[in-house]
Amino acid sequence: MENRTRALKNFKVQCVGISKSFGEGNEKKLILDDINFGVGDEFVVVLGPGQSGKTTLLNLIAGLERPSTGQVFVDGEEVTGPGPDRGLVFQKYTLFPWKTVMGNVEMGLKLSGMSKKERREMASYYIDLVGLKGFENSYPHELSGGMKQRVSIARAYVNKPKVMLLDEPFGQLDAQTRYLMENEIIRIWQAEKRTIIFVTNNIEEAIFLGDRILSLDGKFPGRLKTIYDVDLDRPRDRADTSFLKIRQRITEETMLIL
Amino acid sequence: MGKKSTNTLVLRIIPYVSILSCLIIWQLIVVLNIVPNTLLASPLQVIKLFIYKLNHTQPDGGLILVHAFVSLKEALIGYVLALLIGIPLGLAMGWFKPIDGLIRPLFEILRPIPPVAWIPLTIFWFGIGLSGKVFIIFLAGLVPVVINSYTGVRMTNPVYIRMARTYGATKWRIFIDVCVPSALPMVFGGLQVALSVSWMTLVAAELIAADSGLGFFITMGQRLLMPDMIILGILMIGLTGVVIGIIVDKVEKRLVAGMWR
Repeated sequence: MENRTRALKNFKVQCVGISKSFGEGNEKKLILDDINFGVGDEFVVVLGPGQSGKTTLLNLIAGLERPSTGQVFVDGEEVTGPGPDRGLVFQKYTLFPWKTVMGNVEMGLKLSGMSKKERREMASYYIDLVGLKGFENSYPHELSGGMKQRVSIARAYVNKPKVMLLDEPFGQLDAQTRYLMENEIIRIWQAEKRTIIFVTNNIEEAIFLGDRILSLDGKFPGRLKTIYDVDLDRPRDRADTSFLKIRQRITEETMLIL
Repeated sequence: MGKKSTNTLVLRIIPYVSILSCLIIWQLIVVLNIVPNTLLASPLQVIKLFIYKLNHTQPDGGLILVHAFVSLKEALIGYVLALLIGIPLGLAMGWFKPIDGLIRPLFEILRPIPPVAWIPLTIFWFGIGLSGKVFIIFLAGLVPVVINSYTGVRMTNPVYIRMARTYGATKWRIFIDVCVPSALPMVFGGLQVALSVSWMTLVAAELIAADSGLGFFITMGQRLLMPDMIILGILMIGLTGVVIGIIVDKVEKRLVAGMWR
């Protein structure tokens, strides 16, 4: 165990022997089984169909749930609860409706006790980075779905987390906005690199975004199936032959479980 | 175009027509002696009495606006007390389990008792003056205020709470920064309910025991066999209720706008 932990220490995020079940007795249901992986300074996509436990996996890393067995480490320290070193973006729009864009983005900084002037400055920088300059005083209900997710991304970025955890952030957007936002997240990420773990059920999205793709088996319990390295230059072209080749391979290999 | 504007004009006139025709029918019923004048006063008599009562204390001992002011004062003091205690209490009960465990059993016993049932006991305790009325209004207003504040916190979207937890927010900060603002619209819903319950209870209390106020004015009308007094009292209660409703609505709008940013 000691050695294993040490060996994985080069990674930003390590999942060691994780399993997770919900319920008790006969109702007990195994959601994730024997998950082991490490994530470095990279953009990793967790790809899996519905009921593969991918959101649960993200919640375990976020510390919102505790694993039934195994451990999660971030920067070598075991995760025992949620913390500002992990920034979250959910699929559902989770902006506080009673706060403006500025109020939402600076919330984490405010809770960490930063002075008003300082946090305004930092929040403005990230609002600008996600392309929402001029919308600082808008309320969430005045924004489109894509804009809301931009705010969510800025809100996660501004706390300078070690890891960004994104749970199907573009799942509720229309196809066109989704393409746009996939380009945008890469642009933002290239402007300021973070370790990103991005969960999706969309193969094309996974290949477009990820340095690596961790593919989960479908239907509970979710197991880690294959890890794909995506060696394509950015910006990636969804119609490029090498892109399509990877796409075909992943599609074929995941077909059985879809 | 011309037809449309006549239509909207007609629609705008209709409510006035209905009120006016009611008044006319009412006036006719009295004038034609369909109902004897000892049992029902005509609208004109009520208006005449209102004008008279603006500067005459007879026959009940107070100007009509003084009665309205007394009722208003009693209602507002009791109501504000209910808010000051009920809102923080309900909010805290919704978020902090020990407080919930401590208060809720008592509250559940108190809750189904109609506020009017407290009136005899309050007369024992406080007599027929201001403090007794305030106490009853307080009890009447407290229940909806606590329930709505409590429910508002309980209904906070768990996603917001999770979000705040990922910022490392303490339980107290989550309460202040997430649960309270998120509960606010619900809290104000409770304030409106509390207001109408308070006003109704107050009038009931004044009907039973008082030496001034609109409820007392009505009772006097009954004792003096003056239907015009009774009707004037009823109308004043309605009007004053509307005025309080408008004030609370204004305050609410300003507060919500101030908090939701």
